[in-house]
Amino acid sequence: MSTAALDTDELRDLYRELILDHARKPRHFGKLDDATHAAEGINPLCGDKLKIYFAIDADNRIRDARFEGSGCAISVASASLLTDTVIGLETDRALQFFAAMVGRLAGRTDDRKNQADAIDDIDLGKLRALEGVREFPSRVKCATLAWHALNSALHRTAKPVSTE
Amino acid sequence: MTATTRNLNEMRAGVTRIEDARGDFPALSQEINGQPLAWLDSAASSQQPASVIDKVAEYQRHDHANVHRGVHTLSHRATEAYEGARDSVRKFINANSRSEIVFTSGTTAAINLVAQSFCRPRLTQGDKILLTHLEHHSNIVPWQLVCEQTGAELVVAPIDLNGELPLDAMLELMDSRVSIVAAAHVSNALGTILPLAKIIAEAHRRGIPVLVDGAQAVPHMLVDVQQLGCDFYAFSGHKMFGPTGIGVLYGKETLLDAMPPWQGGGDMILEVRFEGTTYNELPYKFEAGTPNISGAVGLGAAADYLQALGMDRISHHEFELLEYLVSKLSRLDGIRLIGTARNKASVQSFLLDDIHPHDLGTILDHQGVAVRTGHHCAMPVMEFFGVPGTARASLALYNNRQDIDRLADALLKAKEVFA
Repeated sequence: MSTAALDTDELRDLYRELILDHARKPRHFGKLDDATHAAEGINPLCGDKLKIYFAIDADNRIRDARFEGSGCAISVASASLLTDTVIGLETDRALQFFAAMVGRLAGRTDDRKNQADAIDDIDLGKLRALEGVREFPSRVKCATLAWHALNSALHRTAKPVSTE
Repeated sequence: MTATTRNLNEMRAGVTRIEDARGDFPALSQEINGQPLAWLDSAASSQQPASVIDKVAEYQRHDHANVHRGVHTLSHRATEAYEGARDSVRKFINANSRSEIVFTSGTTAAINLVAQSFCRPRLTQGDKILLTHLEHHSNIVPWQLVCEQTGAELVVAPIDLNGELPLDAMLELMDSRVSIVAAAHVSNALGTILPLAKIIAEAHRRGIPVLVDGAQAVPHMLVDVQQLGCDFYAFSGHKMFGPTGIGVLYGKETLLDAMPPWQGGGDMILEVRFEGTTYNELPYKFEAGTPNISGAVGLGAAADYLQALGMDRISHHEFELLEYLVSKLSRLDGIRLIGTARNKASVQSFLLDDIHPHDLGTILDHQGVAVRTGHHCAMPVMEFFGVPGTARASLALYNNRQDIDRLADALLKAKEVFA
């Protein structure tokens, strides 16, 4: 196999059809008027800026999720997939997804050991489409940005999260 | 005779063609992701020629000591190397005197020095600092800080959709409350060369001093601070093929002389008593603490390298390359060029289809092509053009048409991935 073909394969792995589809047609895009929780995620390196909203019911279930902002294909697709995934989940479960995603993509669970112990049973399903970033260290932050924002929103952190 | 010295001598004799200068830069001969590196990110930081790398290494190996201090041999050598670098820089920008060359950690520190030492004491409520809309953050934020400290306000001269600076609009803002004009020589995001001669003449006619952020100019064109007539000129080593962490503030001697020190410490004093301290003469008054000696040595070597190659030849080479870059990019479907001023240097920002610049950057890097993506530390410029960021190809003396062809091919591949 020529080097060029290999490069293209790696790129194809990063920009899988599912990622491009979610980047072009992000699901749950926009503001959520009855949001109970929200947080902003900023990646100063590339200027990605996302705001993510959640409407959480009294039983701690995420009834609805939306996001808005601008970013690269990876960060937008990740946010879109995130909203798709967490709607209907209890907040604790959503946080387990956060730990699983950050662990899987960034390859570290050091500061989230407790959650990491509980993520073994998580089936990431279509979120695995984001795993292509593991070959692109400079893009991991794009894929995890929305997830950090989710973590921040569910913990009601007022400050915008930054990937830097 | 070392290879480096031979190179320099050949260049002085006019033997080396600028096209061959690429071979002087070891970093450029590597492969990235299995492809030869096409380095199109010199506006962020340039690569270093072997002569700079060797000069710094030689200094570290044989001559290192603190400067201006010991009576021993190494201190003498270190001082000679450091002060020799100052002479090289003086010659490089044709300053009148070596007292006018203050070594700083970079352009940013140089601008902060002027903001704090020159401007802060003379600013009062309602005074103005006049900038342009295309400044790098390093020529915005230091002024905002001094405004907060003094109650002065920032006034911003507008740019147009080509990225040019309409002079009339700027002159209208040059009223009697303007205390300093701070403008880039070349815009880092747009490549625009500002009409500095006119700006400086008009400012001086009104008695307003002018600081020039020259970080993006010194690697590309002949800069003669006396001919330019500016009061301050700031630039960085690492954008002109020298090391990081070293830069220069040029200031007219009369102005520097009248300014209080910015930072206090060793080396900037003549005599210290608890009752009071007598400050050292220029330029040492502004160089508190042990300086970045090896950085200065590298910067001096870079200035020598550029002078030997000839700034006019470099400008000519880059001008032709920029034309080629623009024509090559223009031929791509879905390209949007940002920064289309008539008078430009070495930089082209662009967007392709609706592909986010960061995605472009990854795809290009995968093909060995390095461009900068993002806001280029010029967020007001990005806001003006209504984009979150751009991809930016920037050229230097060592680039060639092949680099540009590689960029164009890599962009086609990006279109393919996002098709």
